[in-house]
Amino acid sequence: MAEPKSMEVTTAVTGTAAETGDLVRVENLRKHFPVQTGFLASILNRGHIPAVKAVDGVSFTIRRGEVFGLAGESGSGKSTVGRLVLRLLEPTDGRVIFDGIDLSSLEPEEMRRLRSRMQVVFQDPLASLNPRMTVGQTIEHPAKIHMTDLSAAERRGRVMGILSAVGMNPPESFYDLYPHQISGGQRQRIVLARALITRPELIVADEPIAMADVSVRALLLDLMMKLKEEFDLTYLFITHDLATAKYVCDRIAVMYLGKMCEIGPLKEVYELPAHPYTRALLEAVPVPDPRHRRNEAMPAGEIPNAINPPSGCRFHPRCPIARENCSVDEPLLRELRPEHYVACHYAEELLK
Amino acid sequence: MPEDILYSVRNLTVEYQTRAGAVRAVDDVSLDIRRGEILGLVGESGCGKSTLGKALMRLHTGPASITGGELWFDGRDLMKLPLNEMPDVRGAEIGMVFQDPMTSLNPIQRILDHLTETIHTHEPETSDAAARIRAEELAERLGIRRERLSEYPHQMSGGMRQRVMISLALALRTKLLIADEPTTSLDVIVEAKFLDLLQELQKEFGLTILLITHNIGVVAEVADRVAVMYAAKMAEVGDVNDVFGDSKHPYTQGLLKSVPNIRLGENELYKMEGAPPSLLHPPSGCRFHPRCPFVMDVCHTQEPAFEPVVGDHLASCLLYQKAGVKQESLNG
Repeated sequence: MAEPKSMEVTTAVTGTAAETGDLVRVENLRKHFPVQTGFLASILNRGHIPAVKAVDGVSFTIRRGEVFGLAGESGSGKSTVGRLVLRLLEPTDGRVIFDGIDLSSLEPEEMRRLRSRMQVVFQDPLASLNPRMTVGQTIEHPAKIHMTDLSAAERRGRVMGILSAVGMNPPESFYDLYPHQISGGQRQRIVLARALITRPELIVADEPIAMADVSVRALLLDLMMKLKEEFDLTYLFITHDLATAKYVCDRIAVMYLGKMCEIGPLKEVYELPAHPYTRALLEAVPVPDPRHRRNEAMPAGEIPNAINPPSGCRFHPRCPIARENCSVDEPLLRELRPEHYVACHYAEELLK
Repeated sequence: MPEDILYSVRNLTVEYQTRAGAVRAVDDVSLDIRRGEILGLVGESGCGKSTLGKALMRLHTGPASITGGELWFDGRDLMKLPLNEMPDVRGAEIGMVFQDPMTSLNPIQRILDHLTETIHTHEPETSDAAARIRAEELAERLGIRRERLSEYPHQMSGGMRQRVMISLALALRTKLLIADEPTTSLDVIVEAKFLDLLQELQKEFGLTILLITHNIGVVAEVADRVAVMYAAKMAEVGDVNDVFGDSKHPYTQGLLKSVPNIRLGENELYKMEGAPPSLLHPPSGCRFHPRCPFVMDVCHTQEPAFEPVVGDHLASCLLYQKAGVKQESLNG
């Protein structure tokens, strides 16, 4: 597909995207963060600046109306992907196409207008909320920016509607409260409400329930699923917790050291993990049942440095089924079974 | 005290003085820790589990103080010990590992110095060379290579720092290790390895471990027995298989059902209504009664006793306490 250069081309692309049902298409995305080095080191390196390869060539699509899970450990690059999808970070290379629109082709003003269609929810609601704004002001703020044709009374009405949609009832009793006056679970509901006021299509949820207690988590997850139906949302659900992902995601992608290991329908990936890393990750999740204690050994070593990642397959130094060529040939993401993609030379063996 | 009990907490109460009044973070809690076991202590934020863990070492300062109860550790009541003798117990006999190892380690001290300093503080007679050899052997056992001991904490990964914390506790042949959310900042694979290590150490060193965590899965994975706290009270204590397989307290039942389980085929999580109460004004009677699906009239007024339901399986719930009902009818 040709790179859209003008708005006309963009509209044409929108048509095809709608047909295939893809809301977001990520193509060969890279993000390298340069490492700060001293003057002497920069001379010795002859201008070559080392970089953390946080995301190093990642491609996937998010279909309209699905919950797409992105899992991995700290440093896998999953949160960086989330920020790149929203263009909160500029990619080093590659493209993000949202509803047929190449984000990198947009002028700042066009990007700003597009933002009402994509919103984000982070892990820590207290850090995402302005402590000096009331609940009402917080939720109303995006509407003031993006929905300028509404009157003040209409805006207030919308805020009240959203507040009760996120389960803050009666909404009047919360409208004038400050973030410190409500509980952690309620704060995350406010963050969700603020994200929803502009009626977005995509919500990037980066560990949205990681801070909440067990009983609150179940309620928040349930709310997120209800809102998805009510507001026709598509979620990019970023998480380190595969047990939680199981309850919400339609498809799941697993990242390791800036690369995609495996993408597939959640049920299939959980039942038949085709990548040794996915398998270890699933095995490591503690099961809340003492009759199912883990017996399998965990991969040796720790996640390597993302400045000088291992050659070939990045998982090879820790992989139980690695062979000689794994340290040389980088495995590409291939379709092992319908819809189920894996980046491993010997995935077939694992499935036997 | 029976020989198999290492630490017996009797009717412990810990209060925080706040501007709004005294808050009882731990309220009349009794708990036995048996020799050589891993006891999992679970509960949600604010239930008092960490306060209890600190109280076992009398580590409270500032607004917190122990206002009642006995702390029988290895045959003596630590509450009767003068406070200036507590440092000899801490570290030497009871070790503690916290959630964030970076805040527990001195950023400008090498790992080896951390270890040898700890040994020297409690055993001044040990020679430098002997302390060094002991530190090196111990670190090696915990999977930290000898040459890495000359590094600083920031040069190590989170999992390695947590192993350093454990080695600090083991350097003095601690009898009881209190681990407060030791794996919460770790990734799942690192967590799994850390839990493997804990179990190995338990067997090798005959270590007794109190594992305080909000992660129900972790407890199911490694604990021998489980204690569940709710709103500053002990809700249930029992063998891990009994508590998970046949939980007695309705709070435990709800909590276990709301934990995501990667193995089960179910796609719905149980949603417990309401939220834990404020400890400034805890509910009357049983503290769980406003959220309890089996609430009875008596639960509003009468506080349940913490007593055995079957054998060693204890719970504080009036559903199992016929005596409680009788008592109320007598009073009424």
